[in-house]
Amino acid sequence: MSTQRDIDWNALLEVLVLANWNTRVVVLGVTALGIAGGVVGTFMLLRRRALLGDALSHATLPGIVLAFLVASALGIGGKSHGILLLGALVSGTLGIFAVHWLTSSGRLSEDSALGVVLSTFFGAGAALLGLAQQESSASAAGLETFIYGKTASMLVRDAILIGATSIATVGCCVVFFKELRLICFDPDFARGHGMRTGGYDFLLMSLVMAVVVVGLQAVGLVLVIAILVIPAAAARFWTNMTGRMLLTSGFIGGLGGWLGTMLSALAPGLPAGAMVVLALGGIFLVSLLLGRRRGLLRRIIRLRRRALLMERDHALRAIWECLEQSGTHDCLGSHIGFRRGWATFRTAKRLQHAGLLVVEAVEGGDERISFTPSGEREAASVVRRHRLWEHYLMRRADFDEQHVDRGADDLEHLLPIDLLEELEKELDADTRAMLPSPHSLHPDGPGGGGS
Amino acid sequence: MSIRTSQPSLGSEHSPDSPLSIHAMTVAYERRPVLWDIDLDITPGSLVGVIGPNGAGKSTLIKAALDLVPKLSGEVQVFGRPYREQRQHVAYVPQRESVDWDFPVTVLDVVCMGLYHTLGLFRPVNRRIRDRGMQALTQVGLSDFANRQIAQLSGGQQQRTFLARALVQDAALHLMDEPFAGVDAATEQTIVSLLRDLQSRGRTTVVIHHDLQTASEYFDHVLLLNTRVVAFGPTKEVFTPENLEATYGGKLTLLDQASQALAGHAQGVGR
Repeated sequence: MSTQRDIDWNALLEVLVLANWNTRVVVLGVTALGIAGGVVGTFMLLRRRALLGDALSHATLPGIVLAFLVASALGIGGKSHGILLLGALVSGTLGIFAVHWLTSSGRLSEDSALGVVLSTFFGAGAALLGLAQQESSASAAGLETFIYGKTASMLVRDAILIGATSIATVGCCVVFFKELRLICFDPDFARGHGMRTGGYDFLLMSLVMAVVVVGLQAVGLVLVIAILVIPAAAARFWTNMTGRMLLTSGFIGGLGGWLGTMLSALAPGLPAGAMVVLALGGIFLVSLLLGRRRGLLRRIIRLRRRALLMERDHALRAIWECLEQSGTHDCLGSHIGFRRGWATFRTAKRLQHAGLLVVEAVEGGDERISFTPSGEREAASVVRRHRLWEHYLMRRADFDEQHVDRGADDLEHLLPIDLLEELEKELDADTRAMLPSPHSLHPDGPGGGGS
Repeated sequence: MSIRTSQPSLGSEHSPDSPLSIHAMTVAYERRPVLWDIDLDITPGSLVGVIGPNGAGKSTLIKAALDLVPKLSGEVQVFGRPYREQRQHVAYVPQRESVDWDFPVTVLDVVCMGLYHTLGLFRPVNRRIRDRGMQALTQVGLSDFANRQIAQLSGGQQQRTFLARALVQDAALHLMDEPFAGVDAATEQTIVSLLRDLQSRGRTTVVIHHDLQTASEYFDHVLLLNTRVVAFGPTKEVFTPENLEATYGGKLTLLDQASQALAGHAQGVGR
């Protein structure tokens, strides 16, 4: 099967426009499942119940097999889908109550209880499955699909069930938005106001249960937790608001479902359940890197900006203090160590481009540096901020003269305006006048890129 | 759920107009008594500091009064009636550490939570709620931060957010759990003036406090607590070296010994 194939453009097009009826059913069903998983999963994550969801999905197995055994014994057709899902529902609920009972008596911590319930229920399910297959191997063959999922076998009525469940669960999350958010954020406060937090917790777990049960056939009980956890976890990198997180997470869930089933339809042999989870994993990775609020790239950019700001401030202050000491309007680059490091030289170039500095080449490879009017204003404010902070540290925090320069350096670049005003008040400083430096200035200036 | 068969039974022993009246209340965690036979009648309009060592049951006192932890025995009344009938008159400020400040909500969202109970089910937060939330934020000096995510606040600003969530309720009784813990000087001043303001408007406030230095300056009543009520009354009369010694004294009281023995026993059984 793994021989190289030419891309069959017709097949690709057929999948993309959902020409095939079967593909259409599967793609729409799984996309709806992804949306519901993303929305419900957001509250599950915020309530810190992700592992409970995992235990729940594993706890459905014995119920499915038992329902099958009972139904075939009664002769009402063991493969009746509704009966199997009902079994899953009952068994999952029992699993949750088992966890609740184990933890509420205070005998077991939550993670241990989850581990015990998850593995015991799943083990029981696996044992029953073996039994069922021995009894009636032919009709029990379909049961295994609940473990890893078999999306391709999805029927129209399955897709309709998923669609209806998605609408109902998403609707619940919208209608009870403020209550669910409150019990996730501050359950004690909610209870103090007379809210039945237990009831809302029950509602939340019922929503999780609904998504798990209808998702069993699509992605299987091992992986169904992924469509609840991954979209919400990824969405958190993009936003700082609960409402937007709900939207983003639903979108990511739907996108993952669509992408995964498409990939699986394009390459027969790749199971859709696994592809959906992999697609979600890919989206998570992208969110982790590029997320607008907490992504790594944003963090790196912020640190970089801060470093550039500090370099700029250092250079401006070095020049300003050099001019202050000499009482002239310009100074030589060599005097303030401009050629000492690449970083300072580059900073000078940047300041020149920004219209703050005038740099003229003079003989001997040196340059003459002076401020433009706006550069001088900017430099004065930088120096003033540095000195305010130095004075404050010396007076209030008992820094000595030698160390105050360094201590001020670390923080002054980040001081907000209102704090500066407070410093001024604290020091009774004139709001415009320049302060004297509290320590003697180094002969060649404090700049030089951290020498 | 609850079957209300009788009126508050011990009514005669409660002072009916007391904002918070606790009678014979005992609370235990896993058989270890945390609060023992508490009797209290908070004076209307007073500003009460609750003071005692770690583990004295200060937080538990408030939580038990609000039905957040189960009582072993005893009665709590708020303005002469059970708390569950008087919720709208009580504002609770939990400890700052009790929530996850990384949660994706804005400052204004949190403050509006104080008014959710005035909205019906299915009703989203509306303009009126947000306006009152903004007023409360202005009162605590955080109006510029309304749309920030709460993780971006300093510890003092987070505490002020919690205070605003309580203020927005316009309650007659405020119960605050360590509002001064780990806040900057500016926030401490804001809180003190807020407390004074509440008192000048006739409101009653009970504040758990950890700083003995400032206690007598901030509060007109103090409750010295160490599992039992050591002393309770006007600060001038109660805040004495002898009472503090009795509250914080290193000596094990008989009750401590008994409860430690019980805890040891429980552990022995558990293994």
